[in-house]
Amino acid sequence: METETRSINHEALSKLISQWRSEGKQVLAPKKNGDKVDFAWVTSLAEVSLDQVQTVQSPKSAVFPRVEELFAFHSRDGQVVINERDLAALPGTVIFGLRPCDAAAFAALAAIFTWDSPDSLFSARLAKTVVVGLSCPRADEYCFCTSVGGGPGAATGSDILLTDLGHGAYLVEIVSAKGRQMVQAAPGLFQPSVVKEKETFLAQVDRAFDLDKIAPALVALFDEPAFWAEQSRRCLGCGACAYGGPTCACFDIQDEGGVSGKRLRCWDSCGFGLFTLHTSGHNPRPLQSQRWRQRLMHKFAYMPERQQVIGCVGCGRCSRACPVDMNILEHLRAIAEAKP
Amino acid sequence: MDALQNKAAELLVAKTVQVVIGYGRGSGGAARAVFIREASKAHSLIFDGTCRQNLAVYLMKPEVRQLGKAALVATPHALRTILQLAAENQVADGGLLVLAVPASGDEIVPLATFAAIEAHGAALDNDMSAAEKAELQKFSAMGLEQRRQFWEEQFSRCLKCYACRAACPLCYCTRCTVECNQPQWIPVPAHDLGNLEWNVMRAMHLAGRCVDCGDCSRACPVGIPLHLLNRKLAGDVFAAFHFRSGMAAKVDNAMSTFKPNDPEDFIR
Repeated sequence: METETRSINHEALSKLISQWRSEGKQVLAPKKNGDKVDFAWVTSLAEVSLDQVQTVQSPKSAVFPRVEELFAFHSRDGQVVINERDLAALPGTVIFGLRPCDAAAFAALAAIFTWDSPDSLFSARLAKTVVVGLSCPRADEYCFCTSVGGGPGAATGSDILLTDLGHGAYLVEIVSAKGRQMVQAAPGLFQPSVVKEKETFLAQVDRAFDLDKIAPALVALFDEPAFWAEQSRRCLGCGACAYGGPTCACFDIQDEGGVSGKRLRCWDSCGFGLFTLHTSGHNPRPLQSQRWRQRLMHKFAYMPERQQVIGCVGCGRCSRACPVDMNILEHLRAIAEAKP
Repeated sequence: MDALQNKAAELLVAKTVQVVIGYGRGSGGAARAVFIREASKAHSLIFDGTCRQNLAVYLMKPEVRQLGKAALVATPHALRTILQLAAENQVADGGLLVLAVPASGDEIVPLATFAAIEAHGAALDNDMSAAEKAELQKFSAMGLEQRRQFWEEQFSRCLKCYACRAACPLCYCTRCTVECNQPQWIPVPAHDLGNLEWNVMRAMHLAGRCVDCGDCSRACPVGIPLHLLNRKLAGDVFAAFHFRSGMAAKVDNAMSTFKPNDPEDFIR
């Protein structure tokens, strides 16, 4: 079926954000702060930055906050009382102006959080989130969406996808039922679309490697410690890659308080040495090279096998954020061409 | 650049060292750390204005240490780091060959001992640049309330990814205080209190030790100017003790040396 399209201009877009705010929705969008652009809660289009290639962090915090209270607890008459989160009280959220790679990433996150027992908080947040993507007119050397199944104008994952046509006009593609509802709720702001072809308004992102080669190559390379040591020697073992990335879902559980308190879910990273340290003192991944291998294996071998989804959308954030220039695209190319 | 590449090749051929830790060209025109172990690969070494990472951070990494004796391409900050690590008994005299590269570029000064590093370092201009001084001055001029608001806003963006800690050559503990949970000294979650305590604790642990290389700020993905905290504390330590870190291999560290004649009563 052909995608239903509309057009919207900059002024109407501004009114649309005001309308979402008046409906009580919170709006997460790219915002400039110093020389960085990152997702922040905004109240108007004037605050939103739309011309960057990418933001520092992904918008995953809308569904997977860096610190999430799972429940509170207290003691009453010698019994532990658990206060679950009120899922109905979670606010409606619009993520606005995210790139198609970030929109695609929610499928990878959902695959993890709903794999065996569905995570109620994640699922409730995702159900209340509307994704308004914005196609990419530019890319940089770190982008590789087209190598992992995406594209600078890919609609998958967005409820509505906007493409900047220049002169303050945007093509609107209505991708999902949520998107259609949003358009119907704002009569007068959307116009019939004149432009149907968006290709000329999109960045050119060439395919950089053959994805089909990656998983078999990773499996073949698993027991080649010298390869991984060579790839990862400059890696410092921080979490800048994982915390910025839209598909990284590792977390740690922390209890705060004593007899009464909260259980919190916090971001964690497989790159940390402590991530796999056992209580016994044994660490199955004592070396940084093994942790780097795990990062790639999880995204490109384990997730496709277990959850039928690639754990990477090619946004390039991990490479841009890395303090020591661990460029994942370069590593994937080397893996695709490696002869173990 | 030729001088550096030739020196590296010569050292590897003569087996004076097993690895040369230096800079090579990385993504987007940036420099990245490289670990050269064969003379035939020495041609990939570079040295120019993009070479800013403090490579001394790798001296404390087990996977680099296991490569054998190293030669390290050192900026002035890396020289100070090595002396500070020496003062903390983390590197052995003669166990490392330092290749100092003066700003002019085409000349290599090999420094085989701590005494040689001290002599070379003493002749360098170790003072802050005018821009750095101005930045610190602006920060110091803030009132207490303004300063509190400034850091609250900055730390609200902290993700606790620990890139600052990982990039810091003097944050070499194998088990960090923030990761102890029995008892828990600092809240692990990246909420307001956890972020404040983490960043203040790290700054305090670096007081009198930090050599102001700035890699913490460069590593921070969200752009928190962490170096300001360390630079301010370095100034305070200098004012109180006339001590500057990384100038000598054997020192009484300002913040961790007990003296019976300490002028403060509380410590005796």
